[in-house]
Amino acid sequence: MSFKSNNKVVQWVEDRLPVISVMHHAIYDYPMPKNLNYLWNFGSLAGFALVTMIATGIFLAMQYTPHVDMAFNSVERIMRDVNSGWLIRYIHMNMASFFFIAVYIHMFRGLYYGSYKAPRELLWQLGVVIFLLMMATAFMGYVLPWGQMSFWGATVITNLFSAFPIVGESIVSWLWGGFSVDNPTLNRFFALHYLLPFIIVAVVALHLVALHTVGSNNPLGIDSKGPQDSLVMQPYYTIKDLFGIGVFLLAFSVFLFWAPNYMGHPDNYIPANPLSTPAHIVPEWYFLPFYAILRAIPDKLGGVLAMFGAIAVLFVLPWLDRSSIRSCKFRPVARIFFWIFVINGLALGYLGGQPAEGIFVIASRIATAYYFFHFLVMLPVILPMIERPRELPSSIHEAVTKS
Amino acid sequence: MKKILSGLFAAALGCLTVPAFAAGDAVKLPSYDWSFEGVFGTYDKASMQRGLQVYKDVCAGCHSLDLVAMRNLLDLGYSADEVKAFAADYTVEDGPNGEGEMFERAGKPSDYFPNPFPNEQAAAASNSGKAPPDLSLMAKARVGGPTYIRALLTGYEDTPEGLDIEDGMYNKYFPGHQIAMASPLYEEAVEYSDGTPATIDQMAADVSHFLMWAAEPKLEARKSTGIKVMIFLIIFTLVMYAAKRKVFAKVH
Repeated sequence: MSFKSNNKVVQWVEDRLPVISVMHHAIYDYPMPKNLNYLWNFGSLAGFALVTMIATGIFLAMQYTPHVDMAFNSVERIMRDVNSGWLIRYIHMNMASFFFIAVYIHMFRGLYYGSYKAPRELLWQLGVVIFLLMMATAFMGYVLPWGQMSFWGATVITNLFSAFPIVGESIVSWLWGGFSVDNPTLNRFFALHYLLPFIIVAVVALHLVALHTVGSNNPLGIDSKGPQDSLVMQPYYTIKDLFGIGVFLLAFSVFLFWAPNYMGHPDNYIPANPLSTPAHIVPEWYFLPFYAILRAIPDKLGGVLAMFGAIAVLFVLPWLDRSSIRSCKFRPVARIFFWIFVINGLALGYLGGQPAEGIFVIASRIATAYYFFHFLVMLPVILPMIERPRELPSSIHEAVTKS
Repeated sequence: MKKILSGLFAAALGCLTVPAFAAGDAVKLPSYDWSFEGVFGTYDKASMQRGLQVYKDVCAGCHSLDLVAMRNLLDLGYSADEVKAFAADYTVEDGPNGEGEMFERAGKPSDYFPNPFPNEQAAAASNSGKAPPDLSLMAKARVGGPTYIRALLTGYEDTPEGLDIEDGMYNKYFPGHQIAMASPLYEEAVEYSDGTPATIDQMAADVSHFLMWAAEPKLEARKSTGIKVMIFLIIFTLVMYAAKRKVFAKVH
């Protein structure tokens, strides 16, 4: 490392623990492609959301009581009597949704520009691990207020594991810590909801190490060929990320201050009641596409496998897409099917929120089939046969100066 | 790039509208003007005070309001002395005292609204098997919130031909229409201390307003904080945008 400082204290620390040079290379003179568009803001936005969730969550944990008789009222006490408690709790509630919005856009950006392709396979896979951990964390967090949707959501989702042959029932009672969703379940969900975000932080650290090893992809999907193709992080991308955070927070604040319960469900303001099942049990919006896949399969085990398969397929995506061209900018056919895939994903989200009856069931099955068709047939088999990619520019610098 | 960004933005918004669909089978609610709606919305203290009167004289016979304390009534525009006097009207069981006995005393502002029934079973037993729900969060626990409550209270109608619902138990806005609560309001059910004529519609509006406050007591603080935060964020974002343009002006 070529880092040298005139400050004696800094140099003394640096000679014994190279933490300053590591930070310097990571967030100061780290080179990034000069042609990144605003879709590349969503990684830092997701990181910002994660930190916000942890910061607000720690304060909520100081006031929350994980007991079936007290959890609901302890949340209401936060809303009513704790100084600024309503603000902290609403930030936590709404930032959970905005975290998913940022991560979904981040993922779709990766899909469009082929950010999962060599040499970024592990970077992508670590991202899928983060996504899985996020879903587990969000699911357990939603159980904590112990409202009707908390309780019945927990019951439905944990029951899924009973679909596995032989071990299923044992797994479910092991998850519950008893014979139904009850106090032990709430206690362990609280413990895990506090633990998992820090594991996410650890995987995010690995995600960043991998990123800084292979470098960011860019809208052209071609490699940087030298300093003329790149900009250093500071000040270029620090300022761009700060601008992005400003816009993100503006959108977030509209919900936080004027519609804080818009993305929630009214039933969760009814205390959990094991004797009264809500008319529709619906998960949070960010789970709806996967919920639709789960319900699309008529067989319980099949549904569970399809739901997990929908994420597993992302894990092996780098080897399913065989095109050597990364960016859809130069893949005229893949680009069309990317948008069809996006629309299909939205349709799944819509269908996940509908009752499982009539036309919705048929539509869910078609959309689920298409989801897997896209990854298992379209990308590896059909596209290589029918697509003639356009010619790639010779360098980022040339492409940028030409336009 | 712009197309992709706006596409993804639309995608995100599309996802956001899904929970609204999930609400399902409710009848379309009428629309009312509420002073607490809108960007600068605030509660109407006179309406909340009348609503408190309706809750106390009508609803409180069956419905608890567990999460609201007498001290919270300061929000309705009452003075500390008025709240003290209001609380003192209630008799509360306290204890045990030094001798280990429970005793009764006058209510204090720190007391919560008392439950009309000793337990849920007693509540169910006196109400043909269905315990009346707590009203503290009712305005957030139903699709439509205060609008739903107001519509429900004025939504009693004669049972339409062909429906097997007892007369007086048909409500236009209740999911499934068969409601277990008979119409609780009748003309002049309360005598408003400010002289407002106590029509059913007026009482329904006032008690819904009051219950919205009970469910979301920090609404005014939330909206006024929001205005300040938005002003800060707009300036912050514009400065960052200008800085970003300046920094990138030298690139290419």
